[in-house]
Amino acid sequence: MTDTPIPAIELRRVSKAFGSVKANKEISLKVQPGTIHGIIGENGAGKSTLMSILYGFYKADEGEIYIRGQRAKISDSQAAIAAGIGMVFQHFKLVEPFTVLENVILGAEDDSLLRPSLAKARKELSHLAAEYELYVDPDAAIADLGVGMQQRVEILKALYRRADILILDEPTGVLTPAEADQLFRILHRLRDEGKTIILITHKLREIMDITDTVSVMRQGEMTATVKTTETSPAHLAELMVGRKVLLRVEKAPAQPGDVVLEVKDLRVTDDQGVLRLKGIDLSVRAGEILGIAGVAGNGQSELLEVLGGMHPAQGQVRLNGQEIDLTGRFSDGQSRRKRGISHVPEDRQRAGLIMDFTAWENTIFGYHREGAGLFTDNRALQAEADAKMQRYDVRPPDATLAAKNFSGGNQQKIVLAREIERNPDLLLVGQPTRGVDIGAIEFIHQQIVALRDAGKAILLVSVELEEIVSLSDRIAVMFDGQIMGERVPTDTNETELGLLMAGVTEKVAAHG
Amino acid sequence: MDRMPAWADAILVPLISLVLAAGLSALVILAIGEDPVAAVKLMITGALGSSYGWSNTLYYATNFIFTGLAFAVASHAGLFNIGSEGQAMMGGLGVAIVCLMIPWPHWAMALPAAILGSAVFGALWALIPGWLQARRGSHIVITTIMFNFIAAAFLNYMLVNVMRPETSMDPATAKFPAGAHLPTLHDVLAVFGIPFSKGGLANVSLFVALAACVLVWVLIWRTRLGYEIRALGKSESASRYAGISPTRIIVIAMLISGALSGCMAINNVMGEAERLILNATEGAGFIGIAVALMGRNHPFGVLLAALLFGFLYQGGSELALWTSIPRELIVVIQALVILFTGALDNMVRMPLERIFAWVRKETQT
Repeated sequence: MTDTPIPAIELRRVSKAFGSVKANKEISLKVQPGTIHGIIGENGAGKSTLMSILYGFYKADEGEIYIRGQRAKISDSQAAIAAGIGMVFQHFKLVEPFTVLENVILGAEDDSLLRPSLAKARKELSHLAAEYELYVDPDAAIADLGVGMQQRVEILKALYRRADILILDEPTGVLTPAEADQLFRILHRLRDEGKTIILITHKLREIMDITDTVSVMRQGEMTATVKTTETSPAHLAELMVGRKVLLRVEKAPAQPGDVVLEVKDLRVTDDQGVLRLKGIDLSVRAGEILGIAGVAGNGQSELLEVLGGMHPAQGQVRLNGQEIDLTGRFSDGQSRRKRGISHVPEDRQRAGLIMDFTAWENTIFGYHREGAGLFTDNRALQAEADAKMQRYDVRPPDATLAAKNFSGGNQQKIVLAREIERNPDLLLVGQPTRGVDIGAIEFIHQQIVALRDAGKAILLVSVELEEIVSLSDRIAVMFDGQIMGERVPTDTNETELGLLMAGVTEKVAAHG
Repeated sequence: MDRMPAWADAILVPLISLVLAAGLSALVILAIGEDPVAAVKLMITGALGSSYGWSNTLYYATNFIFTGLAFAVASHAGLFNIGSEGQAMMGGLGVAIVCLMIPWPHWAMALPAAILGSAVFGALWALIPGWLQARRGSHIVITTIMFNFIAAAFLNYMLVNVMRPETSMDPATAKFPAGAHLPTLHDVLAVFGIPFSKGGLANVSLFVALAACVLVWVLIWRTRLGYEIRALGKSESASRYAGISPTRIIVIAMLISGALSGCMAINNVMGEAERLILNATEGAGFIGIAVALMGRNHPFGVLLAALLFGFLYQGGSELALWTSIPRELIVVIQALVILFTGALDNMVRMPLERIFAWVRKETQT
């Protein structure tokens, strides 16, 4: 870094409000050219709003944006692209049946005939590939590429549009540790070639590993900008939350009891006829947490859904020694709940909650048939929900608000309150802290551990390896619908787990 | 994001839509060389200025309450049932069979049976599209609209070839026997000593419709079944998680919806015509869609919207009777109301949301 170059991006007192909520409050930020600048903050801290303003999705209420010293008016994404800003979204914006080449020129075609544009893009791509070590087969269909490759295509799209400022929004959420490392190498290379990179993430480790400078946001304000070398994860976490946080889960050793859940040769075929679970064997004892590690899309979701009664399946599942119906009349979620299986689904917005329902309506979701009679006693249910929300510290503690009006962390607390308060024999938990702020993560982890200590069996699925390692008593790694191996967290490391997650068989992993 | 208060959502938005539709209608009336102010006056006196007008307004409103509720119930389950028209026709067939086959001694006995008959016929007619949607994925919009045509053709056949009295040239059933005649609103109010028009069309079915509003409200917001219907309508993926069977709820919701549509027949077939004629429904099934949209799928909203459309219907026929404004114009006005309240909802809603956000900001600072 040179002394005082003109910042690649400078924001001066940028504010944005949605109704009465101030998403960004007088944000000032300087991003130096040729650096990797991390932006970290809890969910709802205003990171995404700020980046959306930069990319022209929102218009700031007040404040000024300067790009390379020039006052810029970014009214839409076209203007952002013209100003040299490229954005790689968390959820890729690619046309799956199209080839890499077609995706790259999409929206940047020179004229109505495709052929010259394609030829030009092909040349440009090979040039970019050589310059930044970004190799992708230009003729491969997107649908045939892995997520890591798809992400490269997104980066190539931005570079093809002559972006020299790249914004990446939570880029590692869907990657294996090895793929993430590759991405970081690419980012380093881009930086060394003079590009400026803004990395939005909630993972402290990533910030520490690859950024040069880091800015912390809290409740719509930019609370600090520090050199990465001059800070520590604990310090950053404190800046994010505004108080000291436990980054490690504190728990006593497990006291495993009898086997609660026993799964034998579980197989699931999806709607397209593809085998998604290829014979799963596992067991969970009372008083222990079995963590399922794996890259998203390797069958963990299906495993949870089958056990939770959302999909029929073949094979054998026993709960407390009693066989469970996998295909028949009693294979639905309500039958599972009656048998003592609670389920915190991976996607609380699409499965765990009805976003338009009130909080109290959501606190009986799935259990709404419990009790006698045709009618629901709304007043009693509301009172019950109020008490539950109090116990789980759901904010605001108003049971008549619709679920969509709560933050991600508080939504998750509503789901957890509902599922844990039933005192199940087996709790299925998927991505318990996805999109949840750090303060709430701590609380959620404590609740899960407390349920374990109460002698219940817990099956945990998470794509956050850190979460799996710190929470689980045993870890099973899934790849391609199979369990690649089982490890004890104290007796393994991220490299070994990462290899298993990438499908490297046990023998090789033991060697490596 | 920016939310409006509930009252603005429920009342202000439909009201503004209505004013816009009325304004545009006034321009249309001007364009054909008539006086819009006089036309409005005539509509109001014609529909609300006499107990006769009121009676007819309430009669039409009764039809629309049934079909509006039918659409609303299906809507809560996420189903777009535009087959009310056909279901109401089949309901008419059910009423005709009940009234003609059994020699009823008194209307009070005939009415429950007719309600049952119309509901069963309407429900069964809705069951087939519902089942096809739930089991085969056939889109309910396509199937229900097809079933409207099938119902019309089937009724045509029944009236011409099966149910027409041999001596009649008219494709209609025989007149229902006196024991199956429902008391008019005049008869009902006379019991309480209230004078009311004898010639109007409103009859005791109005009270059945009002009861249906209450029952639908209880069903949707106070029962476990209603909870499941709303859950499925809001999120099918979440319903699957909760163990709510979409097949079961789709079929049940369509049965209830069809039954409500069918019940319309006790008003127009049993209460008014006292025999089953061709095209007895007169498009009320489609008006029900607009009524439900305008009433936000809430029974009370449906009631208010049904009264509005009843007023438009009665006022419109008065216009056709006393001015050179053609009856078709009233269809134009109704279409504009549907367009503004249903299809162009966001056109009113979004600026209004912005105004509310602005006002909130101003009052804060």
